[in-house]
Amino acid sequence: MSAAAAMSDDLDVFRAEVRDWLQKTFPPSLKGRASMMLPDAGRPTDPDFLRWKKAMGEKGWGTPTWPKQYGGGGLSREQARVLAQEMNKIGAWSPIGGMGVMMFGPTLLEYGNEEQKSRHVPGIVTGEVWWCQGYSEPGAGSDLASLRTQCVDKGDHYLVNGQKIWTSGAQYADWCFCLVRTDNTKKHEGISFLLIDMKSPGIEVRPIKLISGNSPFCETFFTDVKVPKENLMGPLNGGWTIGKRLLQFERQGLGSGTGGPMRGGESRSLDQVAKEYVGTDDKGRIADTDLRARVASHMMDMRAFMLTIQRAMGEAKGNQGPSATTSIMKNAGSRIGQERSELLVEIMGHQGLGWEGEGFTKDEINTVRAWLGGKATTIYGGSAEIQNNIIAKRILGLLDHQ
Amino acid sequence: MAVLNEEQSMIRDGAKSWVQERSPVTAFRKLRDGGSNEGFDRKVWAEMAEMGWSGILIPEEFGGTGLGYLTLGLVLEETGRTLTASPLISTALTATTALLLGGTAEQKKTWLPKIAEGKAIGTLAVDEGVHHAPEKIALKAEKRGAGYVLNGKKSFVLDGGAADFFIVAARTSGTPGDKDGITLFLVDTKANGLSRQTVKSIDNRGVANLTFANVEVGGDAVLGPVGGGFAILEATLDRARAGLAAEMLGQAVQSFETTLDYLKTRVQFGQPIGTFQALQHRAARMFTDLELARSCVEAALQAIDRGADDVAQLASLAKAKAGDAVHLMSNEMVQMHGGIGMTDAHDAGLYLKRARVQEATFGNQSYHRDRYATLLGY
Repeated sequence: MSAAAAMSDDLDVFRAEVRDWLQKTFPPSLKGRASMMLPDAGRPTDPDFLRWKKAMGEKGWGTPTWPKQYGGGGLSREQARVLAQEMNKIGAWSPIGGMGVMMFGPTLLEYGNEEQKSRHVPGIVTGEVWWCQGYSEPGAGSDLASLRTQCVDKGDHYLVNGQKIWTSGAQYADWCFCLVRTDNTKKHEGISFLLIDMKSPGIEVRPIKLISGNSPFCETFFTDVKVPKENLMGPLNGGWTIGKRLLQFERQGLGSGTGGPMRGGESRSLDQVAKEYVGTDDKGRIADTDLRARVASHMMDMRAFMLTIQRAMGEAKGNQGPSATTSIMKNAGSRIGQERSELLVEIMGHQGLGWEGEGFTKDEINTVRAWLGGKATTIYGGSAEIQNNIIAKRILGLLDHQ
Repeated sequence: MAVLNEEQSMIRDGAKSWVQERSPVTAFRKLRDGGSNEGFDRKVWAEMAEMGWSGILIPEEFGGTGLGYLTLGLVLEETGRTLTASPLISTALTATTALLLGGTAEQKKTWLPKIAEGKAIGTLAVDEGVHHAPEKIALKAEKRGAGYVLNGKKSFVLDGGAADFFIVAARTSGTPGDKDGITLFLVDTKANGLSRQTVKSIDNRGVANLTFANVEVGGDAVLGPVGGGFAILEATLDRARAGLAAEMLGQAVQSFETTLDYLKTRVQFGQPIGTFQALQHRAARMFTDLELARSCVEAALQAIDRGADDVAQLASLAKAKAGDAVHLMSNEMVQMHGGIGMTDAHDAGLYLKRARVQEATFGNQSYHRDRYATLLGY
């Protein structure tokens, strides 16, 4: 038997095991309720959810390819794909997510020292410890490297003073990975990557109410916050490289995950929704011909995007992690997702413009909220314009303007 | 780029170096300026056939390699890059597909080995109006004795001037617009009553309009079921669309890369114009669109090879997205080159002209968006 055939036999055995385990373990009551995982939903308390989380955490299957020594699943990419396929088949979803899984964990595994990895990876793997991202500041958005939150060396500890903004889920987070300024004389080379316990005295979190009515983001204030020195990740003044790497993981996650094209609200395909709200002609086509053309055009873009994600997965060799092409996916995914939201609201007419209360279905309200909230997808994680800069410079080799 | 096996990689690399050495854009320009009526160079086609490209879809028993549509797509992508004019699309892709899907044993035995050797040129004659509309066939085929008599017209037939045989979509019953009642015929181009007139389009390829005046064919000329030819016609067209989309993709990629080089070298205001953000962001969007289009083209070709049941959807998707991409790239190629891009001496115009003809062939973007929606039931 060839090596490849032996491997595919092994995969078949693994698939059978996975299927069996999922059958026994995934609570059917959670089917289709992955929105429990959205950052502003808070910590789920549903007993079925908690059981499912515990089981997945023990297997390490919420972080399937992470090393076993820290509690990860230790699966190969092929096995992880099998796991994802089997979960998809029965409508199961990972109860272990958030920024720890998507962004911080992978970066920690690459840049953290042994002690930091042993301390922080297991909590992410089990879903017990939630992380938030201390990156943007009121004066440092797209120009992130101009951040000013001060971190001063006080001998046996660091002292942090300043303000972060757009810290997703800070009101529920246990820890914050934070970019801080440790040298005021340099821009990029004066930034360090610091891990801060959110229970430290001197931290204040204020949720920000958005146009969607939700508060997924916060302002986070640091006033004389003491941080132990072992919480510096990577070299002093070497945080920018680590911070950028983390952003690549973020773009990758945003392009393909919850920030991607399907983002809350109406989950049916656009044509089904259009048929319901707009009606059909005698040939069964969407009655409004202009709308029909735009729905088709959008659905083709969506298909092209999904095919591109599949292609990228097929092409990814080994465990190299995300490349500069994640900028393409982030931009395309967020644009196509916004187009879907715009079309949904248009298709639903006045029913798609409800704010709350009687007269609107839950799906309609959620669609409106998702449309408004989705405006953030081309702003956060590096705006569409910043992604275009990255594509132009890193992929296409165009130079900076002088 | 799709994950390729060793053979596919070899063919792709071979095509890449061949087009650069033997068929750069200067070769196409020379052909155009030489006033060729056929639209391609027979010596160059013989070379391509020698490398096995004319027989990539043809099974070994008929003298080909049977490597499939993705492999042919890889070659088409490379020939598209340099605007290589050849009967790859008309013959190696479209006519060959029609023979494979609907041909009788005799028809296959007669024509496939000759195509593989590069000794026969065949083409599909489907449209009759200014737009692609395969169900609107009016060309009439009337039963007479054991055979049929064909009367009517066909327009914009690829390599119609050079072809040795046509696969003609004719109507044996019903009225234009009906999908039933269409029958495919294999007609020798020397048949009595058949005349062809080559047409000079902007891309300088050898298209022709055909007139059938009492053209008599035998019963053995029928390809596929009488009156039920539409399914084979559509399946043939879908494979042709996916292959043509691969050529368009290659051409779009080259338009983009040539333009990107220009952004890096053209200096204005004391710096390369590619340092200007207005141009950088357009380039970033173009690159993104090319990546999305590539996914569609490769998915369609792979689906055909796999015998998947959503070939029709994916072929329409590929043709539409490759059409959008080649449209945008060719326009931006002219615009970003500025005045030089308007000159006949520059290649931009050649890419622009070819792009529009490809877009119109076998259904433009608007046709395929409508078809995609119909296929998905809305």
